[in-house]
Amino acid sequence: MIVYLLCFVLLLVGLYGVITKRDLIKIILSIGILGYAVNFLLILFAYRKDSVYPILAKGKEVAQMVDPLPQALVLTSIVIELGTTAMLVALAIKLFEKYQTFDITQIRRLKG
Amino acid sequence: MILSVIATTALLVLSLFSFISMKDETVTYSMSAWSLPYGIVLVQDALTSFILVMVSIISFTSLIFSIQYIRHLSMDWKYYSLFMLLVTGMNGVIITGDFFNLYVFMEIALFSAFALVAYGSRAEEFEAAFKYAVMGSVSSFLILAGIAVTYSATSTLTMAKVAEVLPSIDQKVIFWIGALFMAGFVLKAAAMPFHAWLPDAHSSAPAPISSMLSGVLIKALGIYVMIRIFYNVFNAPEIFTEIFLVLGTISIIIGVFLAIGQWDMKRLLAYHSISQIGYILLGMGIATPLGILGAVFHLFNHAIFKSLLFYNAGSVEMALGTRDLRKMGNLMKTLPTTSQTSLIASLSISGIPPFNGFISKLIIIIAALQAGLPWYAVFAIIGSLLTLASFMKVQRYGFKGETTVESVENKVGWRMKTAMIILAVLCVATSLMIVPGIQEVTLDPVVKVIADKTEYIQLVLGGMNGN
Amino acid sequence: MQQNDGMTLIVKTVTRISVWMILLYGIYIIFHGHLSPGGGFAGGVIIALAFLNVLLAYGRKFNSDWLNISFLHDLESASATLFLVIGILGISLGGAFFANFMTKCELFALLSAGTILPLNIIIGIKVGMSLFLVVWVFAGTKIVKGE
Repeated sequence: MIVYLLCFVLLLVGLYGVITKRDLIKIILSIGILGYAVNFLLILFAYRKDSVYPILAKGKEVAQMVDPLPQALVLTSIVIELGTTAMLVALAIKLFEKYQTFDITQIRRLKG
Repeated sequence: MILSVIATTALLVLSLFSFISMKDETVTYSMSAWSLPYGIVLVQDALTSFILVMVSIISFTSLIFSIQYIRHLSMDWKYYSLFMLLVTGMNGVIITGDFFNLYVFMEIALFSAFALVAYGSRAEEFEAAFKYAVMGSVSSFLILAGIAVTYSATSTLTMAKVAEVLPSIDQKVIFWIGALFMAGFVLKAAAMPFHAWLPDAHSSAPAPISSMLSGVLIKALGIYVMIRIFYNVFNAPEIFTEIFLVLGTISIIIGVFLAIGQWDMKRLLAYHSISQIGYILLGMGIATPLGILGAVFHLFNHAIFKSLLFYNAGSVEMALGTRDLRKMGNLMKTLPTTSQTSLIASLSISGIPPFNGFISKLIIIIAALQAGLPWYAVFAIIGSLLTLASFMKVQRYGFKGETTVESVENKVGWRMKTAMIILAVLCVATSLMIVPGIQEVTLDPVVKVIADKTEYIQLVLGGMNGN
Repeated sequence: MQQNDGMTLIVKTVTRISVWMILLYGIYIIFHGHLSPGGGFAGGVIIALAFLNVLLAYGRKFNSDWLNISFLHDLESASATLFLVIGILGISLGGAFFANFMTKCELFALLSAGTILPLNIIIGIKVGMSLFLVVWVFAGTKIVKGE
């Protein structure tokens, strides 16, 4: 139960970072923390009591295993977030080239 | 470039063929020959074919329009690859029957959308793309959390099996799942509380991309998925349809109020997108078959006339080099095709008979009155009147204004005119879809799929047993 | 980058010793993807890290003489096309898209489990090359002032 609460706290920390920080790079890092929190939630839902890892090696017999499906989902999700982070960093580099600052309160040419 | 034109033409022909030849049946296809409870299925029923036709019409005309527009802005072949990826992602979202497959294809479509918004390399485009990317990422994480809770409650990811298992789990979990999905997808569909990315992103993008984003992306990713999840899987509980009603009404009113004061032509059109999505949400929230008919019909119509309006804005921008309404004027003589199609589209969006906007808005208002919700109908009528006012402003300042334009910098080529004329003809032609003979062929199977809510399970699982 | 020459002499020597071990470890994780955790993505990321180590330690100018960047571009596109070809072969030989049509040999051997092994190798190459090329392009941007 404590572990689920800590996962939720991590999600709130990431959300706080996206909303209140003023620097572009800190916003990108907070999106990364948000991604860690959601992947962690997915893996926590796969735990079964008193089970081993879901890999069958040569000499072992079949025992009760944890659920391997969310682990596959998390692999895919990590790769997708890698692509998103790469695109955000590329946009940040181009923004610095145009506006000469990383402060988002100064990058406000579109109004209304 | 030639390959992409061939691909979109083939897609248009195939989707029209499948829509006409397959009225009430459902086709399922399991990927990699794994049988149903373990594998991923692709489902095509009447709603899917309808939206596929819409996506392929808009992408075909957008590709024709963009051949000349991009040559003017001196972009190159990478645009076509990103455009094809966008169409791939949207088709994947529409046709899939599995939750995580939906998430992957949605991310593919969003990546291409972020990159295409920032394609013109001006300063405002990067800022708009960054805002869109941050908000899109946060909403994608909320959707992934919703998928995680769904898997934990029902231990399956296929949509049909989740619908089958759903009555036997704890009812409070459904509120959590619905809340997480609604928060994620309402941001993608740009309804009221989460609309802030839409004006920047849609007004800074190049014109064919604006029409693709505003015409099909917010509808295929946002509204279609919400129809699937809340009607076919969750069996439409009362609390969610009431939330749709409230969100839709707020979007209609505030969208139109914010749109009247704009002087930038594309920003005005982007604010009107918010208001029209409010109409569709209002129709979905009424939850009677007439309301769903109005919502689906308005979805199709809005794609057509909003894309036409964005093409007009794009050709005006290409001809004059500016988007400010105060600097234009007297365009009736210099750009005849653009101004006439713009007149047709403005009359459609305001709801003047006999164009198609009038019929779909009338169906939504009648459905609201029949379901015993008269105040929502009043708000819908107010929104329609204010829409008419703001488009009269566009017509007066933009096309019949005082300052005369001496000469046009770049001519509007024949390809752009073809795209605009195709959509203008469709504007008038789809108003015929409500005639009772044609309605049974085109719109009634769609409404039947949505309104018999959990018949979806029988269609998918029954098809698998006979496969 | 301030010094186009790369990092100090200690870093260069240690990189020269250890980079082949990282590459070998990445190939091991790709090849045993169906027997132990890992597979295409994780192995591909480790291969990209091996090349990235050389880029960071020696600087961009040395790397553009040592590696052939256009060959890496072609390798990445070729592996994406090969992935699709195996998928379409699945239609003709197996009955559905991406069906598993190779023979499944005995359990726990290296050459078992059908099409998973060639697909792992293709994905490993593609992910490795993609990540390395993305960071290569980031390292080559020059900040140009003005619009």
